[in-house]
Amino acid sequence: MGSNMAEAHPVGFQWVVEAKLRGAKVIHIDPRFTRTSALAHTFVPVRAGADIAILGGVINYILTNEKDFREYVLAYTNASTLVSEDFRDTEDLDGLFSGYDPETNTYDQSSWAYQGHEEELGGTTHTERETAAGLQQESHGPPIPGDVARDDTLQDPRCVYQVLKRHYARYTPEVVAQICGVPEEKFLEVCEAWTRNSGRERTTALVYSVGWTQHSVGVQYIRTGAIIQLLLGNMGRPGGGVMALRGHASIQGSTDIPTLFNLLPGYLPMPTYDQHETFREWVDSIRHPGQKGFWANAEAYAVSLLKSYFGDAATAENDWGYGWLPRMTGDHGTYQQVMDMIDGKIKGYFLLGQNPAVGSAHGRAQRLGMANLDWLVVRDPYMIESATFWKSGPEIATGEIKTEECRTEVFFMPAASYAEKEGTFTQTQRMLQWREQAVEPPGDARSELWFFFHLGRRIRERLAGSTLPRDEGILKLAWDYPMHGARGDEPDAAEVLKEINGYDLTTGQLLTTFNQMKPDGSTSGGCWIYTGVFADGVNQAARRRPGQEQSWVAPEWGWAWPANRRILYNRASADPDGRPWSERKAYVWWDTENNEWTGHDVPDFEKTKPPSYRPPEDATGVQAISGDDAFIMQGDGKGWLYAPSGLIDGPMPTHYEPAESPARNPLYGQQANPTRKVYDRPDNLTNPSPPERHSEIYPYVFTTSRLTEHHTAGGMSRQLPYLAELQPEMFVEVSPQLAAERGLHHLGWAHVITARTAIEARVLVTDRLVPLRIEDRTIHQIWLPYHWGNEGVVTGDSANDLVGLALDPNVLIQESKVGTCDIQPGRRPIGPALLRYVADYQQRAGLAPDHHTPIVTTSEDGNHGEQ
Amino acid sequence: MASNSLFGPIDPATDAGYEAAPPRMGFFTDTSVCIGCKACEVACKEWNLVPDDGFNLLGQSYDNTGGLSANSWRHVAFIEQPARAHTTMPAAPQSNVAAARTDVRTGTEPGIGPAVDALAAAGTAGPEFLGMPMSDLPGRSGDGERTDFRWLMMSNVCKHCTHAGCLDVCPTGSLFRTEFGTVVVQEDICNGCGYCIPACPYGVIDRRQDDGRAWKCTLCYDRLGDGLTPACAKACPTESIQFGELDVLRERADARLATLQEQGETTARLYGEDQGDGVGGDGAFFLLLDEPEVYGLPPDPEVATKYLPDMWKRAGLAALGMVASAVVAFAGRRR
Repeated sequence: MGSNMAEAHPVGFQWVVEAKLRGAKVIHIDPRFTRTSALAHTFVPVRAGADIAILGGVINYILTNEKDFREYVLAYTNASTLVSEDFRDTEDLDGLFSGYDPETNTYDQSSWAYQGHEEELGGTTHTERETAAGLQQESHGPPIPGDVARDDTLQDPRCVYQVLKRHYARYTPEVVAQICGVPEEKFLEVCEAWTRNSGRERTTALVYSVGWTQHSVGVQYIRTGAIIQLLLGNMGRPGGGVMALRGHASIQGSTDIPTLFNLLPGYLPMPTYDQHETFREWVDSIRHPGQKGFWANAEAYAVSLLKSYFGDAATAENDWGYGWLPRMTGDHGTYQQVMDMIDGKIKGYFLLGQNPAVGSAHGRAQRLGMANLDWLVVRDPYMIESATFWKSGPEIATGEIKTEECRTEVFFMPAASYAEKEGTFTQTQRMLQWREQAVEPPGDARSELWFFFHLGRRIRERLAGSTLPRDEGILKLAWDYPMHGARGDEPDAAEVLKEINGYDLTTGQLLTTFNQMKPDGSTSGGCWIYTGVFADGVNQAARRRPGQEQSWVAPEWGWAWPANRRILYNRASADPDGRPWSERKAYVWWDTENNEWTGHDVPDFEKTKPPSYRPPEDATGVQAISGDDAFIMQGDGKGWLYAPSGLIDGPMPTHYEPAESPARNPLYGQQANPTRKVYDRPDNLTNPSPPERHSEIYPYVFTTSRLTEHHTAGGMSRQLPYLAELQPEMFVEVSPQLAAERGLHHLGWAHVITARTAIEARVLVTDRLVPLRIEDRTIHQIWLPYHWGNEGVVTGDSANDLVGLALDPNVLIQESKVGTCDIQPGRRPIGPALLRYVADYQQRAGLAPDHHTPIVTTSEDGNHGEQ
Repeated sequence: MASNSLFGPIDPATDAGYEAAPPRMGFFTDTSVCIGCKACEVACKEWNLVPDDGFNLLGQSYDNTGGLSANSWRHVAFIEQPARAHTTMPAAPQSNVAAARTDVRTGTEPGIGPAVDALAAAGTAGPEFLGMPMSDLPGRSGDGERTDFRWLMMSNVCKHCTHAGCLDVCPTGSLFRTEFGTVVVQEDICNGCGYCIPACPYGVIDRRQDDGRAWKCTLCYDRLGDGLTPACAKACPTESIQFGELDVLRERADARLATLQEQGETTARLYGEDQGDGVGGDGAFFLLLDEPEVYGLPPDPEVATKYLPDMWKRAGLAALGMVASAVVAFAGRRR
C-alpha cells in the first residue's frame, strides 16, 4: 500500500517476484493501476488519502471476528493495559480526542496515559510539533512507565483491546466502501487473505513507501499498518514486518546520521534552547532516570558522540563540549526555512543532492525563497533548475523574478556522482553497504566528503585566533582525517566510518558493540547505533559473500544496525517461553541446554536473560526488562496497539480527510487532522474542502509519484538521452470517463489548476485510472509524475508546483500525495496571464488573501458546521 | 549444404560449418515476470553504444520506443487490456489511442515505423482504431474467463532464428552465423543494400537513417566470447530475460509454462520455442500470456527462403520445359 514498488524500487521488487514464484500472494492497494499492480495477484483501487479508513476496516474485521493471534497479542502487545478513565475517543468527541487545545491546535495528552500515570504526561505538545519530535522514535519508543495495570482477560472496558475495538467499530465494510470506493467483496478478500496468512505457521509482510508518509496524517497511516501487524503477530518474525521503502538511496542513512534539523546521530535529540540548557537536562531528557529499557545508557552514547566531535577538547569539566552544540528555537524544518527565505530571514543556503525548485512541494515558493537570498551554493553533477531559477525558472515568464534584480549570488559546484566516490549507503533494512570508487570524477567535480572537509578546513583557517564564543565550537572540532586518492586531497571515507564506529580511547582499539561505550569520556563514537560496523578492524559494510555461500539470513552481506541484527524485536519470533511459534517460522529461540538466546539472526535480547526472568520491583534500565518483553526499546516492553504518548495527533489512527478533499468526512464532524502543521499565509493558499464552500472549483483528486524511467526531480535522468527518451514528456493520466467529462484527448494538451498555480501536460487516457464511487457521487482521480522541470534534454512543467504546504504534525512532512485540482483541455496561459488565471480560480473559490482555512470543524463548533 | 538447411530443426552453428561448436546460446524471455522497467533497453544501448531513438511521446501506454529498430535492439511493449467480464475496472469505450503513430525516423521508409510493432500500439486502442474494418483488436475482447484489468509487458528482441532470412539473403556476408548459433551483422562489411530488411519475418532488422547500414541485436557477441551474460539479461532485475544454453532454457520454459497453466493462466504459451515452426525455432523465444498478435508478434512466422528449394525446382522445371518446347519447336521445323 502507498507503494509502487515495481516502478520506484525495481531492483528490490525482484524479491517480491521471487516470493511470488515461491507461492506468495501479492496484493496491491493503490489509487491507480501501476506496473506493481500488473504483477500482483489482486489489485484494489482506493481513493488517495483514505488509507486509514481501509486499514481501520481491517482492524475492525480482525477484532470483530477475533482473528488476532491472541497468545502473541497478550504476551507482546499492550492490549491488556488499562487506559486512563479520563480518556475520551474520537467516537465521543466528533473526531477529536480528549485534551484538545484549540489555541495551539495540539493536545494535552495526560488523559491518553495508562491508568494511574496521568500526572506524568502533562502539557501541550506544541513544542514537540515544532521540532518534529516524532522522528526521535525511529530507534526507540517515547518514555512510558513500565509498572502498568493490566487485565489479561481483555474484558475490562478500559483495556487497550476494548478501547481499540470501540474506536474501529464503525469502520465496517460498508463504511470502507463508502469512504475509499473499494467494493466490499474486494475489501473482504484483502481481510481474509491477510488474516489467513498470519499466525503461528505463516506471516504476512506489509510494504509501504512515500505514498503513505507524505500526508497530513502520514505517521498515523503507518501506525495503522503496525497495529494490524501486531494484532496478527507479524512483527519480529521472518516474512513479517512493516517494510518502509525509502525515497532515495541512503535516506535511511540520512536519518541515522541525520541531515535533519532536529536530530543528532543515532536519534539523539538536538537540544532546544529552553528545555536543555545543561548537559544534565539534555541527557536526562533522553534516558529518563528510573525507567526501564536500553535508553538508560544514553549518557554513554551522548558523551561518546561529543568525544567524536571535539576530541581531546571534550572533557568532563566542560560537559564534553555540550555548550558548543547549536540549539533549536522552534521549527527549522525545510518548509519553515522556505517561508523564512521569502520573508528575508535567511541569507544563505546550501543545496546538496537536492533540487527543491522541482523536487519539493510548492515549487513556486521554493524558487521565490531562493531568489531572496544573499547566496546559494548548489552542488550537483548537472546544472539543475535550483541553480538556474534566476534566469530561466517559471517565475521569469510571469515576471515575479527579474534576472537583473534577483539578488541571490549562486555558486554552482560540480559534484561527483555515486560511482565517482567511496562510502556507504544505508538502505531500508538498516543495512550499510560499502561502495568503491569506480572512476575519478571529471574536471572540478568532487565528493561531498571532499567538499565539507575542505570547507571546514578553510573556515577554521579563517577563524583561527578568534576569541569569539560563537567560533569556539568550530575551532574545537576534531577535524583531522588522512588524505588519499588520485589528487591526494580526498579524505579517507573508511577513516570516517571508523570514527562513526567509535574507539576505546584508552587503547585506540575500535569498539565492537555500543555496550562498550562509557559515559566517562574514555570512548568515542559518531553514531552509537552504527558501532560494530568496523568491528575487529574490518569494514563489515564491505562484505559481499554470496547468498548461496551462507545462511538464508545472509548475515555476511553488508552490515545492519544495530549489531548486525537483520530483524528487529526478533525475540517475538519465539513464544513467551522462548520456543519458536512453529518450526516453519523458527528464527530466534532460547537454548535450554546452553541457557542462552540463539537462532538464525543476532537475538534482539540480552543473550543470557531467560524467558522466565522477572525484574525485582525497584529495577530500572535494562534490568527492568522482563524475559518476555520482546519490544525492548519501548518503555513498557510491549508493542503498542495504543500509543499513550509520542504522537501529536492521537493515540490511535483515525480517518481524517486530506487537507484538500472533495468529500466531507463521513465519520466525524472533524474534517481533517486537527493538529496538522499549517503555514496560513497568502502565498500558501489551501483549496477549500467541505464543510467550507466552493470545493467544487477544484473538483478532482490528484496524486503524484514516480516513473521507473526517471529519478526524482530528474537531475540524473532528464539529462541523459538514454533515460530521457523512455519518458520524454510531462504527462497526466486520466480515466476515459474524466476525459469525456472534460473533453480531454489522448496525447492532446491539458492543464491542471490548484490555488498555487497551473501546469500543463500531455494527456494519457487510460483504463488504469478508474472513477470511484464515494457515497452518492463519482470521484475522479488524476495522476501526475513529478520528474520534469525546465532544464535538461527533455523539459516540462513540474507537478510539485501544484502542491500546497500542509504538514504531518509528528515529523513535518508535506501532504504531497493528495490534493484537489481542476483539469481543463489545452495549454495553460503563459506570462502574467497565468497569474491572472490562477487568481481567477482563487477568487471563485473564495480564497481572498485574508482567507483562513478552518482547522476545527466539529459540530460543537457552530461557525464551521455544514453549509 | 544439407538437404534440410533451409527449414526444420537443425543445429545452426554446425550447419554453418563450425566444428565442435559450443552449445547454442539464446534468450528465454518470460513476460509473466516482466515489470516493464526498460533496464534492458538502456543496458543494451550503454554496452553496444546504440544512439538514442528520439524524444517522442508515443501514447502507446508506457512505450515511447515504438518498436525494434536500428537504434533500439530491445523494446518493451506495454499492452493495456480491459477486463473482459468486468468487475471493478470496466472497459471504457472512450479509451482510444488516436493512432499507432510514431515519429521514429528509423523505419525503412521515412515516417513509417516498424510495421510489426504498430500492432503492439494497436493493442491499446479501442474499436474506432484507424477505422479498420475489424470489430476489435487481438486480445482486446473475447469470451475468456479473465475478470481483471491486465497490463502486459514484454521485452522484445531479435529472435536469432534457426533459419535466418536476413542471413540467407545477405549478399556481402556481413550477416553471419556465430559459433553460438546466433546471427550477427558485421558493421564494417555491411554495404547498406537493405535486402535483409524484408527478409526478416519479424520486422526486426532495420537500417539506420544516418549511415544506411543494417543494425540489430548481436546477443552481445563480444560479451559471449568472454563468457559474460548479454547486457540486457544482466540488467534485468526480475529474471524476465534469461540467458543460457538453449536446451536448458527450453526445459526451464516448459516447466514454467506448466506451473502457470496449473495456476490458471490458461492463455499462457511459448512463442518461438517450436523447432518445427516456419523458422526452425528461435534462438530467443518467449513465454507470452496471450496470443502473439496481442504483443505485435506474427502468429506464424516463416522464413522466406524456406521455399527456395521449391522455387529452384520450379524454376528448373520451367527451364526444362522451355528447353523442351524449344527442342520441340526446332524439331518441328526440321520436319
